[in-house]
Amino acid sequence: MKAAASIQERYDRLLRIALPIVVLALGLLLWEAIVWINKIPPYVLPGPRLILRTLIDDWELLSQSLVVTLATTVEGFLLAAFGGVGLAVLFNQSRLLEYSLYPYAVILQVTPIVAIAPLLLIYLPQPLAVLACAWIVAFFPVLANTTLGLHSVDRNLADLFTLYGASRRQLLWYLKLPSALPYIIGGLRIAGGLSLIGAVVAEIAAGSAGAGSGLAYRIAESGYRLNIPRMFAALLLLSVAGIAIFYALSLLNYLALRRWHESALERGA
Amino acid sequence: MAPATALQTSPSLLALHGVGKTFPNGTQALANLNFNVRRGEFLSLLGPSGCGKSTVLRIIAGLTAPSHGSVEWPDPSTHAGKSNRIGFVFQDPTLMPWASVFNNVALPLVLKGVAAASIARRVTAALDRVGLGKFAQAFPRELSGGMRMRVSIARALVTEPELLLMDEPFAALDEITRFKLNNDLLQVWQATGTTVVFVTHSVFESVYLSSRILVMSARPGRIFTELAIDAPYPRDNNFGTSAEYAAFCRRTSAALAQAMAGETVAGDNAAGDKP
Repeated sequence: MKAAASIQERYDRLLRIALPIVVLALGLLLWEAIVWINKIPPYVLPGPRLILRTLIDDWELLSQSLVVTLATTVEGFLLAAFGGVGLAVLFNQSRLLEYSLYPYAVILQVTPIVAIAPLLLIYLPQPLAVLACAWIVAFFPVLANTTLGLHSVDRNLADLFTLYGASRRQLLWYLKLPSALPYIIGGLRIAGGLSLIGAVVAEIAAGSAGAGSGLAYRIAESGYRLNIPRMFAALLLLSVAGIAIFYALSLLNYLALRRWHESALERGA
Repeated sequence: MAPATALQTSPSLLALHGVGKTFPNGTQALANLNFNVRRGEFLSLLGPSGCGKSTVLRIIAGLTAPSHGSVEWPDPSTHAGKSNRIGFVFQDPTLMPWASVFNNVALPLVLKGVAAASIARRVTAALDRVGLGKFAQAFPRELSGGMRMRVSIARALVTEPELLLMDEPFAALDEITRFKLNNDLLQVWQATGTTVVFVTHSVFESVYLSSRILVMSARPGRIFTELAIDAPYPRDNNFGTSAEYAAFCRRTSAALAQAMAGETVAGDNAAGDKP
């Protein structure tokens, strides 16, 4: 019985990996075939092989841009993480501060970043403006989730801390922050993807050339030049960067919560 | 261990004088409670749900302020370091899921700023006392319900409290586990000589454990009557199957039934007030 179940399980896991790959291969084949049969010119729709070729040929340029975009994304993300958690903790300690500032955090969040980016570019040097955009979109989910987490403390545990005369600092450090950790990490996982989006939006809005230009700028520039294969190649890199960020944060989630939180526990464990 | 009769006359650890509690929504939870907790006794508060038993514990612990009356600790040294002298066990184990068993039990000492070496020694001793010496590095998720409750008890014991407050600690456990924990609790109580105030709605549990039972009635919560269970300690399963035990249970059941009957009459009157 047990052996059969484990074979079934392994088969299931294999399918989970194999099926998306098969779908991808079929899709690429179909794409290539359509381009080839209809003789579609590359400036309308390049085939996957040409895109791969371009990725390799332009690797030097594209990899530089990838590093720029990734650096902006990571910096924006880190600022959002520390800013979001820090602000949430401050709000939690001071109700007046929360009342004073929270509405503006919401306004910053609901105003579309595409509309803010051109303004920021007027007042800030370009790299800083891009960073600010990445930060603005990424920090709100961290703030909102951390605030929720800090309020989700077990009442009895809070009583216990009161009974043993815990100070505010001890309450925060030993009870509120650990209670909030799953929420904080949930916020970080959203923020990771959003900071990439923020960086891309700002780069496209900035649209300036040079050694310091990121992947999104490469896409815009290639569009103007009708270099469609390079657009696809840059898009592919952006998408890979997004996937890498997602999995890095999933790993963080697993490492931080695996021993105690339902979300990270394996079933049956 | 002192015979149960000696516990009936030992000096008072704390006294409730005319304690009442009305919640902000107007519910009167407790009315005019007067009783002593004697040093070293095992006192149970027995009553139906909603009679304010848990509120009494919270008031004694200082977690809730009484609306009327006061809680007095005759020995001033006890009162000064009160938070050090009280251990509280909730109905749920109330453990920190992110911390190991060791760190959960160490919490009261960590909050007090006790030195690490001393913490290690005292936590190990407390875990050994509840039979969990081998589980120090386990996480609460990995333990059964009974073991989690033992961790909770070890945490309450680690400060060596003079007073252990327990709020229906075993209500959510299966009967076999509950019997085992009842016996273990009695052993711990006798070994440490601490005073226990134990809230329960089980007649059998209260008779088995207690040297004295306060039967409460509800709406508003008040002391209906007091019963001395003057069977000698140590008590074990022999006591639990004895005719003496059955007689105590019968008497306690009757008192509880009367307390609840009085409440029903009061309830009818209240209903009759409404047209």
